[in-house]
Amino acid sequence: MTVAELICPAGTPASLRTAVDAGADAVYCGFQNATNARNFPGLNFSPDELAASVRYAHEQGTKVLLALNTYPPDGKFDLWKEAADLGARLGIDAYIVADVGVAEYIRQNHPGIRLHLSVQAAASSPEAIRYYVREFAVKRVVLPRILTIPEIREIKSEIPCEIETFIFGNHGLMVEGRCSLTNYATGLSTNMDGVCSPAAEVHYVRDDQENLSTRLGEFTIDRFGAGEKAGYPTICKGRYTTAQRQGGYYAFEEPISLNLARLLPDLIDAGVNAFKIEGRQRSRAYVREVVSSFRYAVDQIRAGNKPDLADLVALTEGQKETQGAFRTKKWR
Amino acid sequence: MMTPRLTLGPVAYHWPADKKIDFYAKIADEAPIDTVYLGEVICSKRAPFFDQHYSEVAERLIRGGKTVVFSSLAEVMLKRERKATKALSELEDYEIEINNAAGLLTIDGRAHRIGPFMNVYNSQTLGYFAHRGANHVCLPVELPSSSAALLARTASELGVGIEVQVFGRASLAVSARCYHARAHGRTKDNCQFVCEEDPDGMPLTTQDNQPFLRINGIQTLSHSYVNLTDEIPAMVDMGITDFRLMPQDIDMIEIAKAFAAVLHGEIAPQTARERINALEIGAPFSNGFWHGQAGHRRIEAMGRSLG
Repeated sequence: MTVAELICPAGTPASLRTAVDAGADAVYCGFQNATNARNFPGLNFSPDELAASVRYAHEQGTKVLLALNTYPPDGKFDLWKEAADLGARLGIDAYIVADVGVAEYIRQNHPGIRLHLSVQAAASSPEAIRYYVREFAVKRVVLPRILTIPEIREIKSEIPCEIETFIFGNHGLMVEGRCSLTNYATGLSTNMDGVCSPAAEVHYVRDDQENLSTRLGEFTIDRFGAGEKAGYPTICKGRYTTAQRQGGYYAFEEPISLNLARLLPDLIDAGVNAFKIEGRQRSRAYVREVVSSFRYAVDQIRAGNKPDLADLVALTEGQKETQGAFRTKKWR
Repeated sequence: MMTPRLTLGPVAYHWPADKKIDFYAKIADEAPIDTVYLGEVICSKRAPFFDQHYSEVAERLIRGGKTVVFSSLAEVMLKRERKATKALSELEDYEIEINNAAGLLTIDGRAHRIGPFMNVYNSQTLGYFAHRGANHVCLPVELPSSSAALLARTASELGVGIEVQVFGRASLAVSARCYHARAHGRTKDNCQFVCEEDPDGMPLTTQDNQPFLRINGIQTLSHSYVNLTDEIPAMVDMGITDFRLMPQDIDMIEIAKAFAAVLHGEIAPQTARERINALEIGAPFSNGFWHGQAGHRRIEAMGRSLG
């Protein structure tokens, strides 16, 4: 049985402490700029904040993973270099990277620090993963959320590194690191700027019949009737029209959360080394509840017990949830 | 300065075999295109429909004076996709373009091209690939000109070709899920190849009746056509060597002729634009990505002639 570390989101210093206290084996976080894929106003760490946070985490035996998982456009590469150098000085335990140039820079300049391959690198086959392991000495790959558990088991048997999978949180539909939808609508790029559906480009427009349109840039992503609960406009969760369908339909996926609570034992059995909880943009209360619940469940499974997973399942109750691609190929 | 080349990217859509054979025959005979990329890049399920025709099509194109390059799948996950990728990277008689890191594992220093799905955003990445045998790189469609100019300079120092898409719908995303099948209430495994019904993609329109995206199986494309005719003189000046047209279900011969004439300094970009406008394509043109703005936008560029 693998150890199955719990990798938890830390959007702010306060939520980092919350995740550490709730039992995270590792937390992941980023700087306040485009070097990470959650470059939102009010999130992330200044150098001083990260220094203090690393100290706090290490005192509790929790590792700190630095997300440098965006793609530097030429002319701005120094920002990523500086972030990598700063991370090394502050004593982070691993980098999470996607760009080949960034991986190469770290391998050459900070060879003593572990390199994890971000989900943004979209390595979804043993060949791609072995390539990154051979070239950059990657120690762990974060798998894209497109594989079934039997496929994960097979990949694990063919690669010489650890596997991390997402188990909970927002469920992106597109292959990560290959999506320019936000940039098409807004001029801000998920890959280069670290943003998906930036709040500054979101508009809510109500018509005279109280229908609410949610817009990103100049495009209506969804429309809600009076009294209907409006979601945040993300292009891959919107409703559009096409000839085959009556009215607006979810062309890609419904607004839905990933929750693999029921599959934890199977994932451990398949050889997954680490479970990632999404949500650097979430509140401390959310982080505390989700992390402590999964902490309990993973510890029970490690001890050979069958935990009651009802509490974990209830975390997304009232919202739509999915096991995404993990349970069956029919999701595709 | 070297003569800029006009290229034709791989057909992204699921066109019937006969349509594709006819298309490439016309390209071979009539289009002033230097390089043609062949191969199924989007969906591995489609590949068996055309596999038996590639050598014939490739021969025809070579007789027409074109360089032929085989492009690999953008998404590699299933056994058949892994096998296809490996087979392509071992292809002996043709140049190859790699679109997924899986294709690089066994490349062993062999000369190869790096495709637009490989995310070459900076000179460090370009240099890394070049030192391991890449001799040509197609940049991501969302990359702005400010970065492309720097990459072109690095590429020139390394002796690497640098390619930019100048025409056709922009690929905006790929997924494991097939959205064509989903629209028809099916899944990827029982799709019955409904994507064949939409040779220029399935339109997705906003609930305000604004055309927005196009679905092509697991791929999502822009509704607008990227069109960089006006930008070509500046692109040549900055050292872009190859100019990619993406095949659409329109008169691509006329498109190729217009672009070739601009590239060779025979007509002004504005004249080419007027000729392309006359085709009444039914979708707006965009160049926002190139100008560092929202991709769907059309920015007025100062077109001038290369003549």
